[in-house]
Amino acid sequence: MTTTAELENLAERIRNRVFEHVLKNNGGYLSQALSAAEIFAALYGSVLKLGPVEGPLVPGEFPGVPSNSNRAYNSGGRFNGAPGPDRDRFLFSPAHYALVLYAALIEAGRLDPSALDQFNADGSTMEMIGAEHSPGVETTTGSLAQALSQGAGIALARQMRGESGRTWVFMSDGEFQEGQTWEALQFASYYRLGGLRAVVDANGQQCDGAMDDVMNIEPVVERIRSFGCEAVSVDGHDTARLAAEMDRPSSQPVIVIARTDPAHTLPLLKERAPVLHYLRFTSAEERERYQAAYDERMAAI
Amino acid sequence: MELVSRPHVDNFIKWSATRPEVLVLSADLTNSCEVGLWRDTYPDRFITAGMAEQNMLSVAGGLAREGFVPFIHTFAVFIYRRAYDQLAMSVAYPNLKVRLVGFLPGIITPGGVTHQAIEDIAIMRATPNMTVVETGDATEVESVLDAIEHVDGPVYLRMLRGEMPRLFPADEPMVIGQSRLLSEGDDVTVITAGVTTEEALRATQALEARGVGITHVHVSTHKPFGDPILHDALRRARQGVITLENHVVTGGLGSAVAEHIADCGIGTRLVRLGLQDTYAHGASKPYLMREYRLDAAALVETVEQLVGRPLAITEEDLDAVRLDAVHSAAKAEAL
Repeated sequence: MTTTAELENLAERIRNRVFEHVLKNNGGYLSQALSAAEIFAALYGSVLKLGPVEGPLVPGEFPGVPSNSNRAYNSGGRFNGAPGPDRDRFLFSPAHYALVLYAALIEAGRLDPSALDQFNADGSTMEMIGAEHSPGVETTTGSLAQALSQGAGIALARQMRGESGRTWVFMSDGEFQEGQTWEALQFASYYRLGGLRAVVDANGQQCDGAMDDVMNIEPVVERIRSFGCEAVSVDGHDTARLAAEMDRPSSQPVIVIARTDPAHTLPLLKERAPVLHYLRFTSAEERERYQAAYDERMAAI
Repeated sequence: MELVSRPHVDNFIKWSATRPEVLVLSADLTNSCEVGLWRDTYPDRFITAGMAEQNMLSVAGGLAREGFVPFIHTFAVFIYRRAYDQLAMSVAYPNLKVRLVGFLPGIITPGGVTHQAIEDIAIMRATPNMTVVETGDATEVESVLDAIEHVDGPVYLRMLRGEMPRLFPADEPMVIGQSRLLSEGDDVTVITAGVTTEEALRATQALEARGVGITHVHVSTHKPFGDPILHDALRRARQGVITLENHVVTGGLGSAVAEHIADCGIGTRLVRLGLQDTYAHGASKPYLMREYRLDAAALVETVEQLVGRPLAITEEDLDAVRLDAVHSAAKAEAL
């Protein structure tokens, strides 16, 4: 059993690894790491029952797209270990969180740290917005709101076969603006897919800015419940509560709404509000301020 | 000509008996897509998705990843129009073995513009990894499941239902990637698919009686396209080639033939009959096929233009048009 302190430490390492990478690359999806680090720590540190991998894996080159003439296509799911009837599956819905997932896989010992050097490099599987060849990515989901339905299909198949393993979907709150999410919830509750679980990074941010200014989804917990699924809202930076709520027994699909702060532990980012989706330094001076904040974090460890 | 009623119903049930991996996914059009009895026969393998096609397409992808072979049954428009992104990203990109069985192809339904799949072949042909087949008679409906069984990727199946003719002998099943040579002559080559083959069969007999040599080829596989039978038929046409399709002339059979002619450097004229960049409306199949020039009479007129002389073929010379009753007993509703 992983302790709360260990989970918190894992979250901080995920966050710092992304922060370091963003500084090195003069920009990136930083707010997603600030908001979702505890979620990924809870997933990879406690909740997910995954098969082992043979030490940290090194991602290969892009193997080409799946087709009948390319049967060698390699699923990024292998970074989550071999599937099994009693093992969990993990689907990764908002693919622009790829950097956070890669950092989590590194901290979980499943991906070699050197892989980040290939992030967004031509010919690499370490894509900026991954597809199912990217490490940790089992299905192609960059077009948002498809993973919950894909997961429902996988969970239904597993239910038909009597498998005990759960099918997990990591989602972003913006995906609750898509009609397909509600179709999926309707389907999942109709088929009583208790093995289907989603954890949602509800950081209130989307590409255009604050979600409240783009399209409201609240009260999302009540809306999900009215569709027949279990829903619970938790502090998304409280790893212990996150892990406990995600593991709650249920005969219906469980959707955990993790309320998060897109600038968690880095108030400096709030200066860029309301648009936090992607960090691109506008000046050398701004970059230096972020570097100073990073150095301060490292010194505190 | 033998008329067969609802061949898919029993054939699909029989075919599925030894294939436990086969599932049916339906979006509230179960009886309309002739799988009501299938549902009652295999209730544990029937998945009702409700009127929610986007979710249904992605669910199908999930099921296929787990080793099942989902057969989506709904009207074609709701597959490729309503849920295209899901079709492309959850099914086609990962090259999953999902069968997209689309009913009401082209303008054969009085259901009107919302129910008429007139650009499905164009869209599905343009979708990487997709195999595209179309049934033209009872024999093809009965044999298409075997024909596509070993395609280890997604297949779009443009399906017929209700009462239909048996144009091809029952012991000559559909073979994927293989056209059917229905008549031979050196003046004009006619390429048809789906329900237009029956129309062309009516015309070719009258044309041959007037001394016009017609090579008639029936296509059941839109992608992959360009088998030797088709290729040879295009090469032998002295006066030109006519395509007749229950679809817009952009991106479908006519376009595929044009591409093949250009790719192979075949020097021949091509006339594409079909919907000319237009939507249609709700009316009977014979009425619409005449209005949009998809019928035997339109084919005869076009042949006259290609050979450069009037052929004096009258309506009476063409086989009596088989009229489909709008409220056919073979349909679940009047669509």
